[in-house]
Amino acid sequence: MNMELSRRGFLRAAGAGVAGTSLGAMGFSEAEAAVAAYVRPLKLANTTETRNTCPYCSVACGIILYSKGDVRKGERAEIVHIEGDADHPTNRGTLCPKGAALKDFVQAPTRLTRPMHRKPGSDRFEPITWDAALDRIARLMKDDRDANFVLRNDAGIPVNRWTTTGMLAASATTNETAWTTFKVAKSLGIVGFDNQARV
Amino acid sequence: MTNAWTDIKNTDLVVVMGGNAAEAHPCGFKWVTEAKAQRGAKLIVVDPRYTRTASVADFYAPIRQGTDIAFLLGVINYCIKNDKVQWEYTKAFTNASYIVKDGYAYSDGLFTGYDEEKRDYDRSSWDYVMGEDGFAVTDPTLQHPRCVWNLLKEHVSAYTPEMVERICGTPRDKFLRVAQMISECSSPTKTMTSMYALGWTQHSHGAQNIRAMAMLQLILGNIGVRGGGMNALRGHSNIQGLTDLGLMSHLLTGYLNMPTEKETDFETYMSSRQFRPLRPGQTSYWQNYRKFMVSFQKSMWGDAARADNGWAYDYLPKLDVPAYDVLRVFELMNSGRVNGYICQGFNPVLAFPNRGKVTSALSKLKFLITMDPLETETARFWENHGEYNDIATRSINTEVFQLPTTCFAEEEGSLTNSGRWLQWHWQGGSPPGEAKHDTWIMAQIFLRIRELYRKEGGPFPDPILNLSWNYHDPNEPEPEELAKEINGRALTDLRDPADPNRVLVPAGKLVTNFSQLRDDGSTACGCWIYSGCFNEAGNNMARRDNHDPDDTGAYLGWTFAWPLNRRTLYNRASADLQGKPWDPSRKLLEWDGTKWTGYDVPDIAPNARPDQVMPFIMNQEGVSRLFSRGLMRDGPFPSHMEPFESPVANVFNPRMRGNPVARIFQSDVAQFGTSDEFPFAATSYRLTEHFHYWTKHNRVNAALQPEFFVEISEELAALRGVVNGGWVRVWSKRGSVKAKAVVTKRIRPLTCDGKVVHVVGIPLHWGFVGAAKKGFGPNSLSPFVGEANIETPSYKAFLVNLEPTTAPGVQS
Repeated sequence: MNMELSRRGFLRAAGAGVAGTSLGAMGFSEAEAAVAAYVRPLKLANTTETRNTCPYCSVACGIILYSKGDVRKGERAEIVHIEGDADHPTNRGTLCPKGAALKDFVQAPTRLTRPMHRKPGSDRFEPITWDAALDRIARLMKDDRDANFVLRNDAGIPVNRWTTTGMLAASATTNETAWTTFKVAKSLGIVGFDNQARV
Repeated sequence: MTNAWTDIKNTDLVVVMGGNAAEAHPCGFKWVTEAKAQRGAKLIVVDPRYTRTASVADFYAPIRQGTDIAFLLGVINYCIKNDKVQWEYTKAFTNASYIVKDGYAYSDGLFTGYDEEKRDYDRSSWDYVMGEDGFAVTDPTLQHPRCVWNLLKEHVSAYTPEMVERICGTPRDKFLRVAQMISECSSPTKTMTSMYALGWTQHSHGAQNIRAMAMLQLILGNIGVRGGGMNALRGHSNIQGLTDLGLMSHLLTGYLNMPTEKETDFETYMSSRQFRPLRPGQTSYWQNYRKFMVSFQKSMWGDAARADNGWAYDYLPKLDVPAYDVLRVFELMNSGRVNGYICQGFNPVLAFPNRGKVTSALSKLKFLITMDPLETETARFWENHGEYNDIATRSINTEVFQLPTTCFAEEEGSLTNSGRWLQWHWQGGSPPGEAKHDTWIMAQIFLRIRELYRKEGGPFPDPILNLSWNYHDPNEPEPEELAKEINGRALTDLRDPADPNRVLVPAGKLVTNFSQLRDDGSTACGCWIYSGCFNEAGNNMARRDNHDPDDTGAYLGWTFAWPLNRRTLYNRASADLQGKPWDPSRKLLEWDGTKWTGYDVPDIAPNARPDQVMPFIMNQEGVSRLFSRGLMRDGPFPSHMEPFESPVANVFNPRMRGNPVARIFQSDVAQFGTSDEFPFAATSYRLTEHFHYWTKHNRVNAALQPEFFVEISEELAALRGVVNGGWVRVWSKRGSVKAKAVVTKRIRPLTCDGKVVHVVGIPLHWGFVGAAKKGFGPNSLSPFVGEANIETPSYKAFLVNLEPTTAPGVQS
C-alpha cells in the first residue's frame, strides 16, 4: 500500500489527457475505461475540486467535492459530484453506502432554506426573516435568564447558573463552530448544555 | 481510540464486542480485512446478533445483551488461571502491586460502603495504603494478600466458564474458544485490539464494560503498542471534538471540569486538583492543571480574568448536581422547570429514550429553537402525523424557530476523528437559500443578547459583556481565527525561566504547544489538548503528507493528532523497562541510551529514563489502574450487573436491580417493566445503509433499506405465530410500535440461568419527515435510565412484548 505515486494525481493527468490506454494499463476493462475516459475530463477539467471529510461516522473518510463554480473566487458553487479521496490514508478513495450517497444529503429536497416560525397553538410553520427571528430569540432568552438566573445558592455562595434554558450542541459541526458555541453557552451560564457524546 | 484506524493493520487479533464495525464503520473496518489478509490476523465477534461483522469473523460467540462484564471477567479469570499474563508489563505498568486498604471488600454483588437509601457508595475504603513517605505502598513480588493483583484474582474467580454460560447464555465451549484465542495475546509479540462502540456504552453499567476490556488488555500487555489498544469507534464525525472541547454540562475544554458550588473560589477548586505523584519520580501530568485552567479563563475573558479576581472564576456557572445531563434536563422540562431549549443539529424526539416523555417535555417549553441543515422530527414535534406522531397540535403552546444551517460541504474547519486526528476541510459549495453557518447564528444570538444587557442591564451580565470576542468580523468569526484561539497565544513575552534575556514566545505570537502555557496570566489557550494544532508553523490540521516511513500506519505528516501530534497513546508502554520494544518487528519507540526515538511522538519526556518514568503519565501512579480507587461510582473493579429491565435476576444478588448506583427519577420508576409482562430482551442498532436519522432524507439510502422492521428468531416467530414479512406490534412499559417482522437465523434464543431468552432486534432510522417511509424507532420503547457515571441512556438492553398485528392505519 505504498503511496509514493498519488493515485488521484495520476488519474487527474490521465483524465485530462491520454485517458484510455493508461487506464487500461491500470487494470480497467475496455468498457470501464471508455466510461472513465468520458467522465474524467468532464469532472476534472470542468469542475472545482475541494477537499472535505465525510460528515457521518468518526472514521472520517477523505472526500473530494466537485462543484460547478468556485467559492474561493466568490462564485456561486453547486456540488455536482462527491467521491472518496484516493490520497487519504484511511479510506484510500473508498466510501461506504452512506458516504457514497452524500450528494443526496447536500441536495435533499428536505434541506432547509429559510427560517421558519411556529406560533403557540398553530398547526403550521410560517416564514420569518432572520432579523425578526434572531431579535425575538434574543428577547426570549434574555427575559428567561433575567427571570430565572440563580445568582447565589442558599448558603450565599455565588453560583451564577441558568437552568431554565438548555442547549444541545451538534457533534457534526467543526471544532471551530463548537468553540464558538461553547463560549456563548457557558458565558450565558447555561448548565443544561450537552452534545451527542452523552447519548 | 488509543490508536488509529490505520494502525489496526498491525494487529494479530481483533475482538469486536459492543460494536459492529463492518456495518457501522465500513471504511475503517477495511483495516481489519487488511490485517487478516496481510498478517493472518483473526477476528472474533461476540454479539447477541450474527452481524455482518460476525459473517466475516474467524469465530463468533453469542451473548445476551448487557452481560459483557461477566464474559470479560471470565476471560481475565481464564488468563490468570492458565498463566496467560504478560507478567513483565503487568508488574511494571499496572497497579497490580499496590496495597489496598483493609476496609475494601466485595460480596453479594456489592462493594463496601453501599447505601441503599442514597443509591450510592461511600468510596473511602476503595484506596491504596499510603506510606509514611507520602507514597502508595506496593509489593512488587505480588505476594501481599491485599495487593491489587490478589484482590483481582479473587474478584474474578467467580466468573468460571460455567458461570459465564449461566449469565451470558454463551455456550461454555464457545466461551472457552474465545478465551483461549484471546489469552494467546499475552505473548509480548502477539497483539490484540478491541473495537467497541455504543453496544458497550449504552448500558447503565457502560463504563464498567469498557474498563473490563481495558483491564484485560493491560494484563495482556496490549495498551500502547502497535495493533493494540482500546478503540472506541465513535459515532458522529466530530463527537470526539465536541467532547474534547467540553460541550457537556460537567466539562470545560480539554477535560478540565466545570466547578461545583462546593468549590466556592478558585483556590478551593484548585486544592483538589494538585495531582501529586503517588510514586517517586512519576510525571503525573495533570500537575499542570492550573496552567491550563488559567490559560482557558484568559482565552474566555481576556483582561477581565485577573489574579486578583481568581481569574474570573465567578464567571463560570457552578453545578449543584453532578451534571445537567440530557436525561436530567428532559426530566426537569417534563416537570415544567425548563422554558427554553436550543437544538443545534440534534433530534431528541428520535435520539432520547422514552419518546412519549420527550414529546411531553417539549410540549411544556415556552420556546424551542432548532438549527439544522435538514428537517427534523424535533422541529415538527407539534405536527400531527397520525399514528406516527399522534399529538394534539392546538394544545401545544411552544413557540418554535427552525433555523436553516449549512452542511459539511458548505463550511470550513476541522473535525476530530476517533483516532484523534484533527482534519481540516474546505468549503466546496454555496449554502442553499438563506441557510447560514452555525458560527454566524451563534454570533448573532450572542451579539443581540449582549446588546440587550448593555442597554437594559440584568443579573450578572459580566461574563457576557466581557466575553472575549475580538474577531475580524464579529458577526461571523472565521474558522482560522477560532482555531488560533483554541491553540493559544502569548499575551506578554514568554521568557525562558533559565535565561530571562531569552524570549521563547514574543507577545501576541501563537504558542508552539501546551508545554509553553503558564499559570500567571501570560498565556491564553482555548483548549490545551488541542494546542499545537495551529501555531506559527501554520495550520497543522491542513497538512496532507501521506508518507508513512516503514509502513507503520502512523502518518505523522497527515493533519494533526492530539496531543502533540501523537498517534498512539501510552506509546512508551510499547517498550520494556530497558526501553527495548516488546516486539522488535512492531517497534514504535526505543530508548537509545539518552532519549526516545522511533515512529511516534513519545508520550513521556523524550529524555525520561525507561527504568524510572512509567508510561501512564496522566495517572498520579505513573502506571495504569486495574483497581480504579474511588474514581468510578459503581466500583473499583467491574462486577456483573443486570440491565434494569432483565429477563433474569442477578445471580449474585437477586434483590439487586440494574446498576445499584444508577440515578433513577421517581417519575420513571413506574415505567420499568418486568419479564412477567415483557418477556423478550430487546436491543437497538443501525444498518450499514443508514446514518442515524439523517439519511432518511437521502433517496438512495431511504430506498436501500426502505421500511422499519424488527428482527426475531424462527423460534420466537413460531412461539408468537409471526410470519416472515408480517406485521407485528412491539411494546414496552413506555410505548408501542408497529413493524414488519424479519424472521431470521441471525438471532437465536439463548439459555440463561435455565431460562430461554428471546432477543428482539430493533433498528433505528425511521420517523415522520424525509424521503423514507414513515416509521418508528427504538426510542419509543427504551427506558429513561442512564449510565451510573456519565448518564448515557440504556438503549441496548430492555424488555418488550411482541404479537402479530395489522398494518398501521388498518383496523384489526
